[in-house]
Amino acid sequence: MTDGATKNIKEPGKNASKTILLSLMQVWAWVFLACLVLAFIVAVPLVSGSSVSFLSVRNSQNILVAITPVLLLGLGQTFVIISGGIDLSVGWVMSFASVISALALRGAFNAGLPLPLAVLAGLAMAVVGCGMIGLFNGVIIAKLKVPPFIVTLGTSFIVRGMALLMSENTTVIGLPRGVRNYGNESMMYYVRGDGGGFYFFQKPELTVELLRRMDRIITYPVLMTALVVAVAIYALKRTKFGRYTYAIGGNEVAAVRAGVPVERHIIKLYVLSSVTAGIAGFLSMLRFTAGSAVIGDPLLLSSIAAVIIGGVSLFGGSGTVVGTVIGALIIAVLTTGLVMLNVPSFWQFIVVGAVVILAVLIDQTRDIIKNKIGSS
Amino acid sequence: MENQPILSVRNLTKKFGGLTAVNNVDLDIYPGEVVALLGDNGAGKSTLIKCVSGVHSPTSGRVTFQGEDVNFSNPIEARDRGIETIYQDLALANNLDVAGNIFLGREKEKSYLGGLIRSLDDKFMRDRSAEALESLHVEIPSLKAPIETLSGGQRQAVAIARAVYWDAKLMIMDEPTNNLGVPEQKKVLELINALRDRGVPVILISHNLPDVFAVADRLVVMHRGQKVTEKKISDTNSEEVVQYMVGALDDTRKAEVVG
Ligand SMILES: Nc1ncnc2c1ncn2[C@@H]1O[C@H](COP(=O)(O)OP(=O)(O)OP(=O)(O)O)[C@@H](O)[C@H]1O
Ligand SMILES: [Mg+2]
Repeated sequence: MTDGATKNIKEPGKNASKTILLSLMQVWAWVFLACLVLAFIVAVPLVSGSSVSFLSVRNSQNILVAITPVLLLGLGQTFVIISGGIDLSVGWVMSFASVISALALRGAFNAGLPLPLAVLAGLAMAVVGCGMIGLFNGVIIAKLKVPPFIVTLGTSFIVRGMALLMSENTTVIGLPRGVRNYGNESMMYYVRGDGGGFYFFQKPELTVELLRRMDRIITYPVLMTALVVAVAIYALKRTKFGRYTYAIGGNEVAAVRAGVPVERHIIKLYVLSSVTAGIAGFLSMLRFTAGSAVIGDPLLLSSIAAVIIGGVSLFGGSGTVVGTVIGALIIAVLTTGLVMLNVPSFWQFIVVGAVVILAVLIDQTRDIIKNKIGSS
Repeated sequence: MENQPILSVRNLTKKFGGLTAVNNVDLDIYPGEVVALLGDNGAGKSTLIKCVSGVHSPTSGRVTFQGEDVNFSNPIEARDRGIETIYQDLALANNLDVAGNIFLGREKEKSYLGGLIRSLDDKFMRDRSAEALESLHVEIPSLKAPIETLSGGQRQAVAIARAVYWDAKLMIMDEPTNNLGVPEQKKVLELINALRDRGVPVILISHNLPDVFAVADRLVVMHRGQKVTEKKISDTNSEEVVQYMVGALDDTRKAEVVG
């Protein structure tokens, strides 16, 4: 009874070189990121003077702050794309969240609520409001079987109109001054040079001289994003929720036959995607102390680029959250590094675009090699 | 066989609009037997078994399973009762590993903090999957690899192991050896024998007569929606079966002429 099936086991060593190439391609994004960072560490001081360093505390924190919105949009998108869908509405949903959370925060504060509660009201508004949009997307996609590309494209326009309407076509301002702290302060500070050092939990009282040398390490929005990332990693890897996401992307019919509540799960995925976009909008509102209806749209394509660079297959069924984090980091490191090298900004787009295409090429080549090894 | 049938189908008819895909068919399946369901393309084989497995609901007629009348409204209900159906494709998620597939939709979880946090119990699922495969004498190179890296026959084995693990009472296999190489086909036939040894009856739809004669105990031939004969393997041969399949022979007609 052990013939047939067992004899097909490949002999080890036979495809050694291909296997090494394969594993290299598996982790190419890590390698690529490391090379980028190294390249910039060397090149930046050469071009911009030896006092400028790429991996300084300030610069690395700037990179983290810059990737939070792209990353949050990319997280929900990662789940959705793994399941075989796509969510084109997240950019405008983020804008919408920025506007409605600003309005809610301002309203709550003006009604006499203390600032922390008003901030929470803003968060609640972003989560619930965007959750409803996700529900709308999910129900139409799962129950009425309209392709996700079309549904979320339509929703994107609808939400765009709503965001502009609610913000009265301008930036929502007049937020309490303390909001700034939520969006920009942190639990850890570092002051460079003489008389400097680390400070925890409280912004240090310092001379103007020292304050200029102070950096915030892991601001609250970065911290919150990190928490969301941690939950997302766990959810995708270790829970039923993640397992169903992969199963639906791998073979939806099989998932249905196996008793996976496919429709309900798809609805949940679009709610998740809208909610992470909502959190992105809320955090950017805190960071800029204003609600903006145009903040999210330019980030949509960057977030999809991060997801693709991170190795999520647009056909569904494969990908990881960590991959998306790497993808977002690659984009941010590239962009920041090129700016520091005084490269004109249009080059950023050209380079990021090339990396997206490169990423897909590498993934495809990897699959071809994998199949060759599998069938030989 | 003197014992009770596990499945009996009575006067089952399924119409699609004006087309009668299954016409007044009776069928009994007893514990531990392999019954081949034969017939030309479009004879109604798949439609008949879909009426049993909950994909279709019959236009008229009765399905009795383990002594109870059943009317499944979807395949999951049928599966929960122990009717497992295996198709060549679409049965498994190729991007999941073996355990992911065997436990799909019925995952085992561990809970922490009083159920607040739950995670998949991958070790449990992997161990049980290994046992199920072992009990069928199937060896799989890696339980952790996505099953797209497995051969067609190995995937079929995973699907069968799933049915075995979840204690199937009836296994329906719709052309399970389609698209498989010869050694793989042999393996699937061995698995069918293993199921019979465990007392699990199998309905096997196949166009491959040598396979049928190698593994089945009985065969049922359909032609244009009707059951035209039902015979023990030992009482018939390929030539005769082909005659039934093409409609040259037909027991229902003979009965009319005689009676
Ligand atoms: N969902 C459906 N809607 C309409 N007609 C159908 C449907 N399913 C099957 N039929 C028709 O019913 C008849 C029987 O089809 P069925 O699939 O049961 O045949 P089969 O015996 O399984 O054939 P094959 O050997 O080719 O798989 C065919 O004429 C087919 O076109
Ligand atoms: Mg068929």
